[in-house]
Amino acid sequence: MSRSESAARPDRRRLGSPWTGLGAVIAKETADHLSSARMRILEALVFLTAIAAAYAAIRSIRATIGESPFLFLRLLTFSQDPLPSFIALLGFLIPLVAIALSFDAINGEFNRRTMSRILAQPIYRDALLLGKFFAGLLALTIGLVSLWLLVLGLGLLLLGLPPSTEETVRMLGFLVATIAYGGVWLAVALLFSVVFRAPATAALAALGTWLLFALFWSVITPLIANLIAGPPEGVFGPRMEFLQAQTIIDRLSPNTLYAESALALLHPATRALGPVLISQLQGALLGAPLPASQSFILIWPQLTGLIAATIVIFVIAYIAFQRQEIRA
Amino acid sequence: MAGEVVIRAEALTKRYGATQAVDHIDIAVNAGEIVGILGPNGSGKTTTILMLLGLTEPTSGRALVAGFDPLREPLEVKRRVGYLPDQVGFYDGLSARDNLAYTGRLAGLSRPEIDERFTAALARVGLGDVGRARVATFSQGMRQRLGLAEILMKRPSVAILDEPTTALDPHSTQEFLEMIRRLKADGTAVLLSSHHLDQVQSVCDRVALFNRGRIVLAGTVTELAGRVLGGGHVIDVEVRGPGDATGVEQRLAALPGVVRVQTLGLGLGSQRYRVDCQSDLRAEIARRLASEVELIGLHFAAPSLNEVYNRYFEEARNVAQ
Repeated sequence: MSRSESAARPDRRRLGSPWTGLGAVIAKETADHLSSARMRILEALVFLTAIAAAYAAIRSIRATIGESPFLFLRLLTFSQDPLPSFIALLGFLIPLVAIALSFDAINGEFNRRTMSRILAQPIYRDALLLGKFFAGLLALTIGLVSLWLLVLGLGLLLLGLPPSTEETVRMLGFLVATIAYGGVWLAVALLFSVVFRAPATAALAALGTWLLFALFWSVITPLIANLIAGPPEGVFGPRMEFLQAQTIIDRLSPNTLYAESALALLHPATRALGPVLISQLQGALLGAPLPASQSFILIWPQLTGLIAATIVIFVIAYIAFQRQEIRA
Repeated sequence: MAGEVVIRAEALTKRYGATQAVDHIDIAVNAGEIVGILGPNGSGKTTTILMLLGLTEPTSGRALVAGFDPLREPLEVKRRVGYLPDQVGFYDGLSARDNLAYTGRLAGLSRPEIDERFTAALARVGLGDVGRARVATFSQGMRQRLGLAEILMKRPSVAILDEPTTALDPHSTQEFLEMIRRLKADGTAVLLSSHHLDQVQSVCDRVALFNRGRIVLAGTVTELAGRVLGGGHVIDVEVRGPGDATGVEQRLAALPGVVRVQTLGLGLGSQRYRVDCQSDLRAEIARRLASEVELIGLHFAAPSLNEVYNRYFEEARNVAQ
């Protein structure tokens, strides 16, 4: 475009803050989430299963109270048939809650015919979309913090011991990682709520994506790694190229990033994530716990990855929403 | 202020790919004026409204609403414009008050302002006793009134109403039209989009007729009738007597100044005609027919927007064929 052409074009920059009305949207949407029957049912489900898992863990741990310096962390990772561990349950249920919170965030406004009425108020679309995302994240955070405090209280009550500072820091890190993991699924459901006009389609698409990563990703990754890096076994045993490719592909899944974060934070003895060469373990005291700061360094890429994935998916939803016609 | 132009669009254009939704339209609406926008579905009415509200970007052209450019200053425009879409939606699980409090907060009103304006607005639209009721229990007519209450809460200088009476029964429609007249009395400029031509005619000062993205006619109904029906004066004639219908019609058509004669049908032993003419020809008609038939009625009728609309599109179709 020539300089004269660009000078002739009218200035289309919008004036006014894109955040105008953000607080009102967050307040209304959060209140809606916290008082909705859908949210109450899901929260009851999460609370009951997670508390049951923690209680079962406490009963077993009490018998071996002197064997571990990280009793509260074991509370979250210990599993006893038929119940899986607390973190496994959270890893399974948090995406469901997040999807339930936002699968009809945008298409619901169109279907209720409230979208044009709301956007005729002095706010930009930016504030509406961001407000809905933050409200979902806030509702999720309120639920998770309550659950975290409940488990902590249950542990205090039944174990008769307070958590150490190290344990508290690790548990807080785990809480942050769980919120970031929930954020990814919130953004995914929000994206589908922008793309699909029918809430049922959006919910199915989000659940399908979750099932892909939760159940089938571990089956698919070796196949893709095989295509990219060749067979898993070489003449001298497992091939490093294959393992590295498999790890990279595996980490495209938010479930993997979350599982690795939880592993490093709640199992202090975890010294590395991904393939490790024997030469790298020379001089290491196997089984000795890492300080919390080292574990945080270990999960930094995973945590950053979860937050980056949330931002990228939200931006895609934002662009799609900005391009939509508002006629309902 | 009355007479001040609060909506002005110049060469406003919107294209979706190869489709020209709105094609270089010019429109001006004064404060305290009700302007109707008419046209078949897909003629560009709603797209024009969305551009004036800053909800969609024009491809070219310029608009000023309440002194602000909707493209660059949509927040300022939306602070001053109330919008009621057709079949307005609300959050069914919330009360009328909570619904309006939410949009009030979005509009930047404080809590005391919301409380004060909510009570007054609800009383004015006749919903004063259901403010705490959930909107799920409201009929479509009550929802439309609630939508109007939302506009009143904003105290706008412009109200844009997009087919606001579509789902209303006749009684509710009359009440709603009366509320629109009161908006005008407050000095609010009203842009009213509707397919109900009789309603538009009953409340609007001027109308703009859209066709294929362009404003093809604009002005008062009388001006439009002058242009489309060829006269602007409409006289209903009712006769009884031995003369045959064709003969009467031919005699009326032969009068100087008569543009068109329509045979409306039979009454109780009588025959009715509608005469479009360029001036008041009642005396001439009476003189011409008096000797041949018994003249029962001779009424000066207001030109009908319905006729203008139908005639325009009939001729447009004929031209196209």
